[in-house]
Parts: sequence; C-alpha cells; structure tokens
Amino acid sequence: MEACLPRIDDAWAWIGGAATPTDRPVAEWLALARQEPALRFDRPAVGTVYGVLLNHVDALAALGDAAQQPPYKAPPRAPVLYIKPRNTHTAHGAPIVVPADVGELEMGATLGMVIGRTTCRVSEAEALSCVAGYTVCNDVSVPHASYYRPSMRFKCRDGFLPIGPWIVAARHAPSPDALRLQVDIDGRTVLQVEAPELVRSAARLIADVSEFMTLDCGDVLMIGVPAGAPRARAGQRVDIHIDGVGTLSNPLVAEDAA
Amino acid sequence: MRHARVAHAGAIHRATPHGQGLRLADGRIVAEDAVVWLPPLEPGTIIALGINYAEHAKELAKELSGKEKTGTSDEPLAFLKGPNALVGHRGMTRRPADAGFMHYECELAVIVGRTAKKVRAADAMAFVAGYTVANDYAIRDYLENWYRPNLRVKNRDGCTALGPWWVDAAEVPDAHTLGLRTFVNGELKQQGNTCDLVHDIPTLIEYLSSFMTLAPGDLILTGTPEGVVNVEVGDEVVCEIDGIGRLVNTIVGDDVYSR
Repeated sequence: MEACLPRIDDAWAWIGGAATPTDRPVAEWLALARQEPALRFDRPAVGTVYGVLLNHVDALAALGDAAQQPPYKAPPRAPVLYIKPRNTHTAHGAPIVVPADVGELEMGATLGMVIGRTTCRVSEAEALSCVAGYTVCNDVSVPHASYYRPSMRFKCRDGFLPIGPWIVAARHAPSPDALRLQVDIDGRTVLQVEAPELVRSAARLIADVSEFMTLDCGDVLMIGVPAGAPRARAGQRVDIHIDGVGTLSNPLVAEDAA
Repeated sequence: MRHARVAHAGAIHRATPHGQGLRLADGRIVAEDAVVWLPPLEPGTIIALGINYAEHAKELAKELSGKEKTGTSDEPLAFLKGPNALVGHRGMTRRPADAGFMHYECELAVIVGRTAKKVRAADAMAFVAGYTVANDYAIRDYLENWYRPNLRVKNRDGCTALGPWWVDAAEVPDAHTLGLRTFVNGELKQQGNTCDLVHDIPTLIEYLSSFMTLAPGDLILTGTPEGVVNVEVGDEVVCEIDGIGRLVNTIVGDDVYSR
C-alpha cells in the first residue's frame, strides 16, 4: 500500500490493471460483472496482511484438551498472529495452485478488516473507527496438524491468499462480529457460519494487537477462520460469500497444470 | 558501495559513508550525528530464521522441543515480520516494564536482489543484492507455544534495528566467514561467525524459493549465534558484523512512550 486510504464511499475495486481503485456501489459492481463476464478484478492493493489463530470459540474448542497438553501447555493468552506475505496475495478468479505432493488444501474463509488510519494503542471503543472497509479473504493452508511452529510452506506459498473482489466501505457492511459467511465448493454449500462466537470481538482484537504492533493504512487484519474449514482439491472451485461484503471465487488447479 | 537512508534538514536522503561522516546523494557532506538514520531499505517481505546456529539452540534448549534443541530440525525454522518492527541505526527500542527477559539478536541480514523462484543452492548467491546488520530483539516473557515465535515476542514496534547501511554483495567476498559481535555498554556479550550457520544462505534461498517467490527487496534475517543476555533500560547495544557495519541501539523505558 503506497498511501493512506482516502475515504471509500461505496466499494473499491481495482480493475484492468489500474493503479488506483474505482469506487462504486456493490450492486453496480455485481451488475457490471454480469454484463461483462470478461471483467477482471485485480487484487486490492493492500499492505501487510495479518491473520489470527483460533479466534473462534468453536475452533479453539475443537482442540479440546490438547490445548492444555504439550507442546502448547496452555491455550493462547494474547492474540496469536501470523503474516500472509505479498507473494500469497492474489485476485478474485485467480487459480489457487495445489502443490504436486498435496492432495487437498484448506480453505480458510475469513473477513479481512482493512485498516484506514495508523492504528497504535487504540481502545476497544475507538478500534472500529480505524477500519476503512471490509473484504473477503481465503486464508489457504496446506492442512497441518500442529499449531506449535508450522512451516511457512503450509501458509505462505504463492497465491495462498485470494482477497477481494473489492473493499466495501465500513459503513455499508454489517458488524464484523455478526457476519454471515458461507463457503461453497463446486456450488455445494460446505460451511455456513452466522455471528460466530469469537474469543476476541473485532474491536477487542484490533485494540489488543495495537497494544504491541502498529497497523498502518492499508494493512489487513483477518478476524480468524471458523472451525471446520473445508478442504478442496485441484479441479474444484471455491466460493466464499460474506453477506454485505461480497463473494470471492477461485478455481483450484494442479501444480503441473499451472 | 554502502547505501544509507537518512533524514537531514527536512528531507529523506540516500547517503554513503564519507571521511567526515556521510555524503548525501546531492553532494552535501554531513556529520553522522547530524542525521536521523532510517532503516537502509524499505523491505518487502521480512523473513527471519529461528535457531539457525546450533550453539544458540543449546542455550534455549529448555524451552524448545524435539530436534529444535540441537539445531538439527529437518527444515529451516522461518517466520515472518512486519514493517512496523523496523528502526534505524542509533534508534531506540522499548523495554516494557513487565518484561523479565528481553534480549538482542545480532544477525546477518540478506537482501534479495532478483526475483527468485525455485532457485538451486548452487545458483542462489547471484540472487543476493547485499547485506546489512540486524538486531532482532525478543521478549521471551511473551512467548507462547502457538505459531512460535508469536508476533508479540518478535514483531513489536521498533524491536528490529537495521543498518547503519547496506553493503553491495560484490563487496563481501565470502558471506560465510563473517564474525558477529554484540556489545552491551561496551562489554562483549555475544560472539559468533556466519561459518556456523546451520542453514547457510544458498540453502535458505533454495528452501524459501522452493515454495514462495522471493522478490527484490525481500529480506532474510539469518539467525543469531549463542550469547543472548537480558538488557535493561538505558543499555547501549551494539551489533557488529565484519565488513558490513556496526549497528547501535539504545533501550528505553515505557515513560518515553507516555505509558
């Protein structure tokens, strides 16, 4: 992200390789995409993208007693963050490459909170005022059993963070804590989540992160992946829909075919 | 060539070392204490290596698991950092009042110069633009056993000093014979040599580029040798690497940040 985000009136999309986004209501973007099937949404130009591990109560609960056992020894206390580096960022519609030695990939459907101003040591009460808008993220992983020290190979491969198709201005989007999210694979609904119980609400998460780490304009903080992240394999198509934000669709292709 | 980035007289400048201090790109010669030293580059992806010197693994063995204890993990233990962590030469780094064990980590930082994808180790050094010195602080009190080392330990604002400048790869004939030293208030506390890297630079580039495309400006912090000790508010911490530079940082307390 080169500069601070000016105000988003409706929804920002980057199209046709343009350096700057175009601002239109989501309904117009949807109509345009229908009329012009060749319209390509570029990936939103964002800064550093941070993810948070186990921010869904059900995802933490799914670990059961293991969270108390070695190597973890205790459930997380502070937010456990990770970074999806720039080589992972990819557009709506771009293929997700399934490595030759991996059968399936985990589709980490989540909401991306796009930061609109320097966010350092903010209170919970002011935290959401730092969010310029929201987008849909697919935090792709090679399935891995351990959260202790997972290899970057599992989460940081090229194209492992489809993001977009646009950024919806915060005031047009529903509360990030009450989102309704759905994942379809080849048109079949495999995950539905509505207003999930979070370990940290969006505002609490931003406040706690900003206590030790400044988020800049254009950075993205993903709110977390719900329990039961579906898996998909080469040849399939994944659609992640978040009500009031958008639908992010990407095909999966085999490494050899890419 | 050595490349610094400094703020002086109301602007940000490229600069190179000079007999009387620094020479700015526009020809001005300025004393080294007349500038604010910035990180010498604005890196893209910042990759750091954990436990990449075997002796360092031994000193941390109590909190490590399995093969990590002996620095013989099957693959490099790499993690990522954000741009918020960076601070330049002669910068300050905050030690929170509740920290019990905060330590420096003197590391050789490798700057990627060309797009690197599935590069073989034998070809890897050609993808290096240059080197700088990093001091990548950690606060071990905040260590949790989830996605180690979690960002609250390793990605705090201003906890990764970088500089004073970066040096062209062509000026470093062998990056694997460089002595590293850290002095706290003038006293030598940490000493190592890049010949002891568990995974050397070509291995790291081959490994990383096998699954992710490295881009010009990406930075790889190659890990720290043994000899990490606690630092306190007021300490001056100097990390130096033969042929690269001498990076100065000062530890400050919460009061400086109105905490």
